[in-house]
Amino acid sequence: MIEIKDLHKSYQMGSNSLHVLKGINLSVEDGELVAIMGSSGSGKSTLLNILGMLDGADSGEYILDGVPIKNLSETKAAQYRNKFLGFIFQSFNLINYKNALENVALPLYYQRMPRKQRQEKALKYLEQVGLKEWAHHLPSELSGGQKQRVAIARAMAAEPKVLLADELTGALDSVTSYEIMELIQKINDQGNTILVVTHEDDIAHMCKRIVYLKDGIIEKDEKIEQVRAESYV
Amino acid sequence: MFSRDAWKEIFEAIGKNKLRTFLTGFTVALGILIFVTLFGMGNGLNNTFEKFFGDDATNILRLFPSQTTIPYGGYKAKRQIEFENGDLEDIEKNFTALIDYITPRISRNALVTYKEESDNYNTRAVAPGHQFAEKTIIMKGRYINETDLAEKAKYAVIGRLVEIDLFDDDDAMGKYIDIGGSAFKVVGVFQDDGGDNEERYIYIPYTTRQLLEGNNDKVDQIIVAFNQSIGYAGALQFETKLDEFMRKKKVISPEDPRGIFIQNVADDLKRNQQFAGALQLIISGIAFAVIISGVIGISNIMLFVVKERTKEIGIRKAMGATPRKITGTIMFESIFITAIFGFLGMILGIVILNIIQGETLEENYFITNPAINTGTAVFVTILLIVCGAIAAYVPARRAARIKPIVALRDE
Repeated sequence: MIEIKDLHKSYQMGSNSLHVLKGINLSVEDGELVAIMGSSGSGKSTLLNILGMLDGADSGEYILDGVPIKNLSETKAAQYRNKFLGFIFQSFNLINYKNALENVALPLYYQRMPRKQRQEKALKYLEQVGLKEWAHHLPSELSGGQKQRVAIARAMAAEPKVLLADELTGALDSVTSYEIMELIQKINDQGNTILVVTHEDDIAHMCKRIVYLKDGIIEKDEKIEQVRAESYV
Repeated sequence: MFSRDAWKEIFEAIGKNKLRTFLTGFTVALGILIFVTLFGMGNGLNNTFEKFFGDDATNILRLFPSQTTIPYGGYKAKRQIEFENGDLEDIEKNFTALIDYITPRISRNALVTYKEESDNYNTRAVAPGHQFAEKTIIMKGRYINETDLAEKAKYAVIGRLVEIDLFDDDDAMGKYIDIGGSAFKVVGVFQDDGGDNEERYIYIPYTTRQLLEGNNDKVDQIIVAFNQSIGYAGALQFETKLDEFMRKKKVISPEDPRGIFIQNVADDLKRNQQFAGALQLIISGIAFAVIISGVIGISNIMLFVVKERTKEIGIRKAMGATPRKITGTIMFESIFITAIFGFLGMILGIVILNIIQGETLEENYFITNPAINTGTAVFVTILLIVCGAIAAYVPARRAARIKPIVALRDE
């Protein structure tokens, strides 16, 4: 599903150049649930942003579902993002003046799906995350956990190849975090490929594979015994 | 781009951001409103100027006699120049090809009485051509004619308001009125566009006036209408020639600033039109400056809008919005708001012009029928919309180019 070879990325910080990714090689199979771990500054978020085509790499190869991702125009990148990827952010990033249903339907709008179909589908995914009754509430009327569920429904609505989650439990308390992870595991059980960036050990161990990042290189990459989230709840 | 969904997105963004919408709209509406009212007032000023001169013919030279100031040809200074009937004939003879008509005017104030009613009126003793010089409109009967002149008839043509003053609702036609002690038969009633004063004159044959004043042949003033085909330059030339001719005839020094004075109505009109034009130009300048500040206002607000929505733009881009879609949404929103509020301001401006127009404005501020050509108003509104769109395009494009990751980090 994802093939990365010798990926480099540096940021220009004034006159200094900060080399964040120093040659990353990573391969993710279909249906995997991968945690990318590392302390802050290890480059894990940068890696995720490049995977999400939110940011471009300096050099190296990135192949997503057989499609080489390189020198994309903004328009092409937008189309690929819409088709291949679903995003889940730490700060939820819902549009605050749209209700839950409209937020979930947003990626479908950019797929030019007819309105009625869009709403049906959005409602279906809201139901999956257990928020059907909250469809017409604004984000400001939802709790943090509910907001993240809406965000997950939104990421899933476009039926992407890969879900990318950036510290998705970072803004949540531990109980809510486990509930969210339970949902993520459930989605993964259905065969979806998910990449989770986190610095929390317990969250990482709820995945099936952990990639440890340190100072811009992969330090360790191991398959683990998955801890089911429901055992905590 | 004009799909129902696109519109829905725009309406939603507008509806959920009321203050922002109001601020943008207010700037636009105010700009157009000020433009329309100012421009309309400028037009009103122009109308007043035109009205002042519109009730008289403009192909007119008025000759006034006065005292000489320079001794000349054996005469001392301070000699009072007088015009006579012979002067009329001589002018007509010498400039036949250039002259449309010629008329003297002898103005006298007189007490005019009909039965119990009496009042002081200005009588003007004239020849038939005077009707055209003043653009007098006959309502009833007729004007003074050549036969009246030849017979020195005691006939009078009275103004509409004279009839109302003296006769109330009665018909003045055929009745006799007493003018300064002589009975005159009313043969006509006239109206004039020049205002109330113009309708309180009484016209009589100039020969009759001369008869009443001891059968003299003096005239106060000579009015010469030139052939309009000679044009403005020709009129100036004619004026000079006429001046030369009269100075020679009356033995007045060519250097004498007085003795004879010729007023050229066309010249006055032109000068006043230039003045009105300059005023209109200044007002238009101010009005356009208002429009420009409106455009700057929109640009500022759009810059702010884009800044404020940076995060939302990031989210939308992550969800697969193309740069075109982002630019399109922001621009459509801007165009939509400017269009609605622009036309609102335009209509409001036109309504205000209609409300304020009237007697008070006309008499106190010399603004007659303030109005703006609908074409101009629509053009300026569209201009503002287009400028607003351009003003929105720059920040919108920048927004569309922001990397989603940068936009998402924006808090």
